Amino acid sequence: MNTELIGIAVIFLSTVLLALPLGRYLAVVYSGDRSWSDFLGPLERGLYRLGGIDARQEMTWQQHLRALLTINLLWFFWAMLVLCTQGSLPLNPDGNPSMTPDLAFNTAISFLVNCNLQHYSGETGMSYLSQTVVVMFLQFVTAATGMAACVVVFNALRERSAERLGNFYVYFVHSLTRVLLPLSLAVALVLAFQGTPMTYAGKAAVVTVQGDSVQVSRGPAAAMVAIKELGTNGGGFFGANSAHPLENPTYLTNAVENVALVLIPLAMVFALGYYLKRPKLSYMVLGVMTAGFLLLLAPTVYYEMHGNPALAHLGTNQTLGALEGKEMRFGAAASAYWGITNTVISCGSVNSMHDSHMPVSGMCELLGMMTNAFYGGVGVGFLNFFVFVVIAVFISGLMVGRTPELLGKKIEAREMKIALIVALLHPLLILAGTAMSAHLYAGHPTEYAGWLANPGFHGFSEMLYEFTSSAANNGSGFEGLGDNTPWWNLSTGVVMLLARFLPIIGPVAIAGLLARKKYIPESAGTLRLDTATFGVMVFFVIWIIAALAFFPALALGPLAEHFTLY
Amino acid sequence: MIRSFAALRMTNETMKSQSLFQPALVREAVGQAFVKLDPRTMFRNPVMFTVEIGTAVMFFVTIGLLFRPDAAQGSFGYNFTVFGVLFLTLLFANFAEAIAEARGKAQADSLRKTRQDTPANVRLDDGKMVAVSSAQLQKGQVFVVEAGEIIPTDGEIIEGLATIDESAITGESAPVIREAGGDKSSVTGGTKVLSDRIVVQVTTAPGESFLDKMIALVEGAARQKTPNEIALTILLAGFTLVFVIVCVTLQPFAAYAHTPIAVASFIALFVCLIPTTIGGLLSAIGIAGMDRALRANVITKSGKAVETAGDIDVLLLDKTGTITIGNRKATHFWPAPGVAMQAFVEQATVSSLTDETPEGKSIVELARDNKVDPAQLQSRLAGAELIKFTAETRSSGVTLAGGTRLRKGAADAMRRLAEAAGQAYPAEVAERVQTVAKNGGTPLVLSENDRVLGVVELQDIIKPGIQERFERLRAMGIKTVMVTGDNPLTAKFIAEKAGVDDFIAEAKPEDKMQYIRAEQQAGKLVAMMGDGTNDAPALAQADVGVAMNSGTQAAKEAGNMVDLDNDPTKLIEVVEIGKQLLMTRGTLTTFSIANDVAKYFAIVPALFMVAIPALGALNIMGLHSPQSAILSAVIFNALIIPALVPLALRGVAYKPVGASALLRRNLLIYGLGGMVVPFIGIKVIDLLVGLVW
Repeated sequence: MNTELIGIAVIFLSTVLLALPLGRYLAVVYSGDRSWSDFLGPLERGLYRLGGIDARQEMTWQQHLRALLTINLLWFFWAMLVLCTQGSLPLNPDGNPSMTPDLAFNTAISFLVNCNLQHYSGETGMSYLSQTVVVMFLQFVTAATGMAACVVVFNALRERSAERLGNFYVYFVHSLTRVLLPLSLAVALVLAFQGTPMTYAGKAAVVTVQGDSVQVSRGPAAAMVAIKELGTNGGGFFGANSAHPLENPTYLTNAVENVALVLIPLAMVFALGYYLKRPKLSYMVLGVMTAGFLLLLAPTVYYEMHGNPALAHLGTNQTLGALEGKEMRFGAAASAYWGITNTVISCGSVNSMHDSHMPVSGMCELLGMMTNAFYGGVGVGFLNFFVFVVIAVFISGLMVGRTPELLGKKIEAREMKIALIVALLHPLLILAGTAMSAHLYAGHPTEYAGWLANPGFHGFSEMLYEFTSSAANNGSGFEGLGDNTPWWNLSTGVVMLLARFLPIIGPVAIAGLLARKKYIPESAGTLRLDTATFGVMVFFVIWIIAALAFFPALALGPLAEHFTLY
Repeated sequence: MIRSFAALRMTNETMKSQSLFQPALVREAVGQAFVKLDPRTMFRNPVMFTVEIGTAVMFFVTIGLLFRPDAAQGSFGYNFTVFGVLFLTLLFANFAEAIAEARGKAQADSLRKTRQDTPANVRLDDGKMVAVSSAQLQKGQVFVVEAGEIIPTDGEIIEGLATIDESAITGESAPVIREAGGDKSSVTGGTKVLSDRIVVQVTTAPGESFLDKMIALVEGAARQKTPNEIALTILLAGFTLVFVIVCVTLQPFAAYAHTPIAVASFIALFVCLIPTTIGGLLSAIGIAGMDRALRANVITKSGKAVETAGDIDVLLLDKTGTITIGNRKATHFWPAPGVAMQAFVEQATVSSLTDETPEGKSIVELARDNKVDPAQLQSRLAGAELIKFTAETRSSGVTLAGGTRLRKGAADAMRRLAEAAGQAYPAEVAERVQTVAKNGGTPLVLSENDRVLGVVELQDIIKPGIQERFERLRAMGIKTVMVTGDNPLTAKFIAEKAGVDDFIAEAKPEDKMQYIRAEQQAGKLVAMMGDGTNDAPALAQADVGVAMNSGTQAAKEAGNMVDLDNDPTKLIEVVEIGKQLLMTRGTLTTFSIANDVAKYFAIVPALFMVAIPALGALNIMGLHSPQSAILSAVIFNALIIPALVPLALRGVAYKPVGASALLRRNLLIYGLGGMVVPFIGIKVIDLLVGLVW
């Protein structure tokens, strides 16, 4: 078998093997059982005392959401403040300027919502202070926010009726101290040893082999890159993200980063099984997610490895695949694998330019973000999946002749309403945003000429990608889009905000409402969720609701480009 | 007011044998399909309402083209055809609902026709008698009926006892006795008093009896959406909204790509994608569910009750009549040691000669087989005093003229009696009692002046085929519970033999209530059937309470269904009807949504093929032209509604194979089928339409 393919197979399998024990550990941590990390107890208790938090106080789902939204609001103001004033703040050896308000708004929201869409370039747009106390800080806490919200839903799915679902701050702090920090430390060490810089010194002056003298940007990158991947944030330290030779120096760091970003979303799925003591349920979820992932991965790897027919016509050798926009040290397969993992999971870091991927690969990456539930972001990936499960349970519950119930709780009009609002929001934000942009561009092609590097089908894909990435809180860019303009900064900022918080509020509300209901024990007539049949049902619900709605848009973008090319 | 239930039964039978589409009903439904186009009515169904808006837009576009042809919008003929097909879609959906209603109405009308005005002799407070039309009888009024007269309306006997011919309701020709007080006090309008005279109090206001409510329900006037229907409507509205977004945003997309899209294509895409199939059939499915219950001779008070029946986890069934045939029969005489068989049988017969209970009668019968002539013993009863069975003494018997006390009753009661009188309770008798009970029999102990004479063994006969029914229920995930007055040993034997999962022995009405509460506490839904007034609280507590029509008014008020056949096994049918209703909704929703895949592949290439020839590659069905593709999709979309009406009315068959197997089966048929069928259907239609466009 092809070495490149073996490479990505090894990366995927080692992720699964690592996620399994991590999932068990997560279940232990969130259940509050004893674990090796209990030595952190005093630190955590100190934090609770500092924040005036009563860790034993259990919360209703509304209190959970209030806590979540409050701390998020504070972080937003904090980020805005630092970004708008970074030019005159310390730790700015390269003398980078403060951000304009619209760019600061976009950036603050982008990191607050775990999206990490970057309309700036790290080397010139950020001070080290901003990189540390805004970017890296938010990369930790937003990942922990998603995980905590996910645990609230786990808690609500247990076999009982309950009003109170644990303490939000405890879930949040435990996610940080016992999961994200130790893992980040490990990953950062590997990166630092492989050559990723970790310094507060400014640009280094280097004389190249050719004798040119160049300025090389550096900074506290290793620490940030670790949480960038682990927290499925994706916002790079350098503008070129993980394609940058210092951010992702070797095939090994590429593999480690790629494992890191899939690790927690996968482990959360295993954690579900351990936490609810329904291991088969997590196999169902994992099966559906993996099927969706592989379905998107296979064509991407195929098309990337087979090269570009247009270039082949020009006599360029395409045996190594479509290498335009890719790093030679990773190759076509690892770049394709990275592209799909980073889009099905809302990480959105890049190690090759998606703009240069083949049209079908671009479409698969778009679909990964449009469905946004095949693994998905830390914590929130399962929340998105949960919404589809609610809809699938409703339809298939009816098909077995019972009013629908999810793990012993009846799904009624109210839950259905919330689930639909969340499911509808995604296509609404993406399609409406793209439609407005397309309308503006079509009406004023000269005025907005700077937007699109490639007009036509590809340009349409660029705009579609930008909104899809924002709505999926993914943050990767198709690039080729002139996106640091007020329209793009503000519109994607609003989309990111809505697309982050409503899909958290919705599932938590559904779970909270369900948790209160009477628990109905299983019988032979009950629809079981941990079966392959139900998995097939969820799979099709995701495809028909989430993917099919985008069929016309995809036809006008990547599909039209593909059929023109081939 | 007289309602002939027999007439209802006849209509049911004739209708069962006839096709779903009787010409008269179809004619009425077609008319109604147009009436229902009223936007105020359509508004209740968000999916079809949006289709109506789309149709209206197409109408104006078509008219506009007549005056100002516009090449971008296509020819007048094409636009007119699209409009026509959309209009048909609306009519088909309305027709589905109308035909379901018409079938219900046909039954209601046949009931109404048999109503005759019967004069009622109302007794006023001052004792005067007035003749009042039955239609004007008010709740609480009191009327008198004498032998040979027909009872004008439903009520409760407050004075007297009468034999009544209830064949109009039950089809049973043997007259029944109804009397004031107790569980046999309710009378139904339309039945005939054969002997004696009774005074009856009216229990239902005019137009408020179950039947009146049912008529209103099937006619749609009082039909409210059930919670599940509401949730499903929300889901469908959600799907509709998704496609509103898809279609609206497509306009700027197309403008960007310089591929103008005609209004007809937009609306066609929209109407094809929204779940019109289930949207059009949803209310028909609900009406048909209640209709099916009515055909099973069960009157439901609401659509929700039918829906809930599908969810039932626990079934409480009375042993007598459901699990066993009728009543227990005496099968053996077991005299106590030192008592002669002949003497024992004679005393047992004497104690039972005046006993009208089936058990008593069966003792007399068994005595005959034991060569004792009951007629000769009749003389001993001269001047005897009858002692009726009560729940406290749990025994009955006679006190003969000479003072001899003959008692028979439950073993423990008789033992207490004997021991209280200082008499020995022979060990052999105690042992016999145990053996009889263990073998599923009921031991009846006989005593003479508190001296135990022996044991009469009574046996139950389990209904043939009942085991299979319980097996089926178990496969459906339903727990069956037998309720019986028997002692635990007997109950256990019968429960095991019949295959029920649990039993309540020596059950008092409170026990049923407690059992239901406990199950409900554990989150289960419970159904039960009952007829007595003392069943009323339990019937009300149960999630589905089916009252027998022969039962008391209180029981009928408390339940949410009434079974006209008084058939205790009817609960099983009711559960299946409920499940069918839910499954029909689920499968047609799946089918409707799965159809979208093929429709996308028909319409999307058609929209862009002209301007972007490369996208012709998406035309995997090889449809003739953009116009023919769009028309074929909308025509398929319209035709599938009437094609599925029979399924909606009959319901998807329920098979108790377990939830996962059922889901797999339905996913294969309606999910996979829903994806494949439109590919074939649209292609076939395109072959025809392609001849023109």
